[in-house]
Amino acid sequence: MTQATMTYTPEDMAEYARQARVRILEAVKHAGGGHVGGPYSAAEMLAALYFGVMNVRPEEPEWPDRDRFVLSKGHSSIALYTMLALRGFFPVEELLTFDAIDSRLQGHPDMTVTPGIDMSSGSLGLGFAGALGIALGGRAAGRDFTTYVMLGDGECNEGVVWEGAHVAARYKLDNIIAIIDHNKLQQFGWTGSSVEERITPYTESQLADRWRAFGWHTMEMDGHNIPEILSTLAAAKEVSGVPVAIVAHTVKGKGVSYMEGNYKWHSKVPTDEEFAQAMEELGEGGAE
Amino acid sequence: MTTLAPGKALRVAFGETITELAATNDRIVVLDGDTGSSTRTDIFEKAYPDRFFQMGITEMNMLGMAAGMATLGLIPIVSTFSCFIVSRAHDSIRVLIAQPNANVKMMGGYAGLLAGMTGKTHLMFDDVSIMRAMAHMTVVAPVDEVETRTALEAIIEYEGPVYFRLTRPNTPILMDEDYKFELGKLVTVREGSDLTLFATGTQTARAFEASEKLAADGIDVHLVHVPTIKPLDVDAVVAAAEKTGLVMTSEEHTIVGGLGGAIAEALAENSPLPMKRHGLQDVFGESGPNDALLDKYGISAPHVESAVKGFLAAHR
Repeated sequence: MTQATMTYTPEDMAEYARQARVRILEAVKHAGGGHVGGPYSAAEMLAALYFGVMNVRPEEPEWPDRDRFVLSKGHSSIALYTMLALRGFFPVEELLTFDAIDSRLQGHPDMTVTPGIDMSSGSLGLGFAGALGIALGGRAAGRDFTTYVMLGDGECNEGVVWEGAHVAARYKLDNIIAIIDHNKLQQFGWTGSSVEERITPYTESQLADRWRAFGWHTMEMDGHNIPEILSTLAAAKEVSGVPVAIVAHTVKGKGVSYMEGNYKWHSKVPTDEEFAQAMEELGEGGAE
Repeated sequence: MTTLAPGKALRVAFGETITELAATNDRIVVLDGDTGSSTRTDIFEKAYPDRFFQMGITEMNMLGMAAGMATLGLIPIVSTFSCFIVSRAHDSIRVLIAQPNANVKMMGGYAGLLAGMTGKTHLMFDDVSIMRAMAHMTVVAPVDEVETRTALEAIIEYEGPVYFRLTRPNTPILMDEDYKFELGKLVTVREGSDLTLFATGTQTARAFEASEKLAADGIDVHLVHVPTIKPLDVDAVVAAAEKTGLVMTSEEHTIVGGLGGAIAEALAENSPLPMKRHGLQDVFGESGPNDALLDKYGISAPHVESAVKGFLAAHR
């Protein structure tokens, strides 16, 4: 299999992640609703996947030998749409149709309408099952591609995740790489020392321990460090005979100071002032 | 009076047929939810071990994986007990199979009242109502082994999600050996003038037995088999109903939203006629031998017979 064209540098990918954050907030503000914290924690990983790792053809989204990506944490759809648009699957201007009536950019990914979406998702845990089916089906159909699937850490609450984790290990599915966006917060989650503090669904090593216990080769990485993302994904691809889970340590709302680590930015529309501050912090030098 | 010949269980006909079809269709793969020795995907596994995928007891995952496999152009045939497909994996079916129109064939085994000594957890007789309510879904319930074979051929030919209802016990043969199932078409089993009786699945054989007895008593039932409950051939339903002006339905399934519900909806909007829904009432099941269950829950052939007589007595 040919490696994706490495015409993009890690610096380019970081720039696409930055641009993605800008576009995400624009789209959410324009739509008057949408998720921000999870899309922001995933931005560098999506940039690395689409500009550095995955073998895809934006002009031919159904190309049978493409690598697949499933966003099982489907509520972060705007992050994926943004990256697909930046990669050329559809016009960047279309991002402002997010969540609008008749739009191809639905609140949760819909494989029947959006170019580049390999599996519908949104009911947590199901995208992962679909991704496993793509990997097993790809093997059964004699096709040589890699399936990447991104889950949330909160999503790992779902029992179906562990059903699939068990089956994947039984089938020694080494053509799938699961990335768990461990941003340490879910929508509401468990109470910490006060009701204003919400705690991580899994403490530092718990997620990796669990995936390991289910028979997956388990790695960890800084999900905002692009060189580290690239090297970890490259190493993951070399693993054979066993599926790979990468626990990516990330920050929910990464990139905007008032959002970082604040569960309230799971899903929230910025005020004009908040938007302006975010644009400034994201290097846009003022709102558009 | 015609007496039906004994036949195989639909699950056996299913296991044999998919194995035969796989010989000329290499897109067929089978996913089993650890029930293959009951639902008879074991027949397929012996012939095609490389195309048989044991998913273990992971129904939500299994239905989701089937959707993923379908994106590769494969035709996943998913098999386990109806209760586990329809109830347990409902969300996977809804989000990953029905919404995207995934080409997955769902084999609801052990459907209906006669699932051996399993009781209320396993007795699934609201499966048709639930699956019928889901957009994009096709729902098929064959009557016997002959129809199971030809209907399987047709639904594998059809591109899109299908729920296929299979039952456990040996079942008498109603259809001629040369019968060809057509997706969405009704089958007139018996011409009659006194009352139109719609039945589906294996209940049609009981309805046939009842209508033969009724004929001996001078009651002439127009018996229509409805193997495709969705999409329903509304025009044909209306025509068959208007032929006699009195309508009854009978099914080994709840009267809430199943065949009776579908026919009632079709007639209420197009040709309201006096109607009686016969089938399982708004209840759960229990353990017991088949004959005792059919008797207690009121859907044996003699029950169909007395239901027809009672309905006619009230309406003419």
